[in-house]
Amino acid sequence: MFSFTNIRVGFYLAVRQVRRANLWTTGLIVFVMLLTFLNLVVVTGLLVGIVAGISNQFRVQETGDVVISALDTKDYIENSPQILAYLSSLPQPAVISSRYVTAGTAEANYFERSDPNEKANKTGASVVGIDPVAENNFSHLSRLVGEGSYLAAGDYDTVLLGPQMVDRYSFGEMPGLSPLKNVYPGTKIRITVNGSTREVVVKGILKVPANSPLAARVFMPATEVRQLLGRSDYAVNEIAILLKPGEDPATFRDFLKRSGLAVNAKVRTFEDSIPNGVAEVQNTFGMIGNAIGSLGLAVAAITIFIVIFINAITRRKFIGILKGIGISGEAIEISYIFQSLFYAAIGSSIGLLVLYGFLVPYVNAHPIVLPISNAIIVAPVLDTFVRIGLLVLTTVVAGYLPSRMIVRKNTLDSILGRN
Amino acid sequence: MIDVYQLTKSFKDGPVETKVLKGIDLAVPQGQFVAIMGRSGAGKSTLLYQISLLDEPTGGHIHINDKDTDSMSEQEKMFFRLAEFGYVFQDYALLPELTAVENVALPLLMQGLSPEAAREKAAEALARVGLGNRLNNLPSQLSGGEQQRVSISRAIAHTPGVLFADEPTANLDKESSATVMQIFKELHAGGQTIIMVTHEDEFASYAERIIKIDDGKVVADSRPA
Repeated sequence: MFSFTNIRVGFYLAVRQVRRANLWTTGLIVFVMLLTFLNLVVVTGLLVGIVAGISNQFRVQETGDVVISALDTKDYIENSPQILAYLSSLPQPAVISSRYVTAGTAEANYFERSDPNEKANKTGASVVGIDPVAENNFSHLSRLVGEGSYLAAGDYDTVLLGPQMVDRYSFGEMPGLSPLKNVYPGTKIRITVNGSTREVVVKGILKVPANSPLAARVFMPATEVRQLLGRSDYAVNEIAILLKPGEDPATFRDFLKRSGLAVNAKVRTFEDSIPNGVAEVQNTFGMIGNAIGSLGLAVAAITIFIVIFINAITRRKFIGILKGIGISGEAIEISYIFQSLFYAAIGSSIGLLVLYGFLVPYVNAHPIVLPISNAIIVAPVLDTFVRIGLLVLTTVVAGYLPSRMIVRKNTLDSILGRN
Repeated sequence: MIDVYQLTKSFKDGPVETKVLKGIDLAVPQGQFVAIMGRSGAGKSTLLYQISLLDEPTGGHIHINDKDTDSMSEQEKMFFRLAEFGYVFQDYALLPELTAVENVALPLLMQGLSPEAAREKAAEALARVGLGNRLNNLPSQLSGGEQQRVSISRAIAHTPGVLFADEPTANLDKESSATVMQIFKELHAGGQTIIMVTHEDEFASYAERIIKIDDGKVVADSRPA
């Protein structure tokens, strides 16, 4: 079938048919191919991007590129000051934030509760002690304050609350979390940590999605949490490091491990520390994306099949004439394969331009704000080309089959238009 | 040399079988210009399609240059048509998206010529029929007579053994018809074998032999008056 002459004649016919085809028809087919391409790549990319958005929140707001945390057998990172000093001396980190993290409770409306048997408006909380300036440099936490204001250096007895802590912003009740009622900036609440209770003023309330690691946290100045925990040795619970551009997190992690840090702490990259659930959700969304993409592929195949079939059936007489004057059926079929390839290639090329020239950079710069996360488009180039390959293959088969159906008909019947 | 023995062709439409050709014997020597005539429905076009291997006869035998065509596969017939035959159809049968020169070059490409050589040879063939200045015109930009001349160019560009023409003047005005017949006459003078179906005596008179068909049989085989 694929002899040189057949391919050459097929190409000769295809080029001229495409070149002199109706511009609107060609445009419509290419547009369908473009939409199919975008459906294949962008829908999957967005679904994966939703999860990537969640993962990215962990990186940007919590872990950084590399995170150092306490060993499983310890409550805190031993020799934290020395580690922090060492990290500060290294050239790779861009920003470092050390945090005290502990479990505690937050209680509101305790003045209004006259009956001691009445249930307290109290919720469990992850209390995080931060250096407001360092943390803001790290996670730009001040930009996430939706109500009130951010903590300032030197603040004392003030807190920032995650939205899950406040009933009017919470995303629903979670086990152990009963959102606080009537809490606004300026409201006094009680924070209890390690058996010590401190009355603090709510300075701000964060505005972040439900899946943000910040959603159920209470941020306090580090000095206060350290006092509540009794950490006179300044031992922190986690150190998050953002690396300078171009630095590889895995390489830096390995470097830190080789430097001996692994003796006192767990050193992980952002990927290492992604919760298992997030990875599973990522896989699930990827599978759903592939399923939707497969449907899109089937629609594209049917579209091309119909387009080529109609084209071939309306040109049946000419196909008969071609066969009559000695043009092989294979050459005619190849001409339709080339036409299908053309539509797929042009559609995919425009799709690539739209995807990498506009959609990916734009959406990554302006993530789509969804309740679950700020979604981006994840479209690795290799995956995209695999999908283009699938699209081209499907298109070629969908273009070949109808042309073969028509070409196989009796030559004279085709010429005379007999059934 | 074409030899036809007891050629029959029937068409079935459900239980009804219509016999169109009822045992035709015919011999066309190399270089002859034959006109097949007959009233509408007599079977003249059907006979042409059988001899030119565009259709499969129901019975009988066709030998071309002593080669029995009964045993040929579809593929072999396709190559045979490409190498040995040229066709001129009543409605020109040009591909609308190909220019005149591209239409003519197509069978040459299929014969293995390079695109440049095919184009050059096609241009020569078009020049022979007086269309050397219309090479790059699409069929839609040509008159009926010009389209038929392109069709003739396509049929003769590869110097076929036999040129088949099915009512080549049916869609043309008198002047264009005369031009087409003049081309046939010149081709015949150059030794080209031509088998033409026509129902007009005026054009049949260009041939050196007229075969009249009626009810699927040869009823007369003569030279024009």
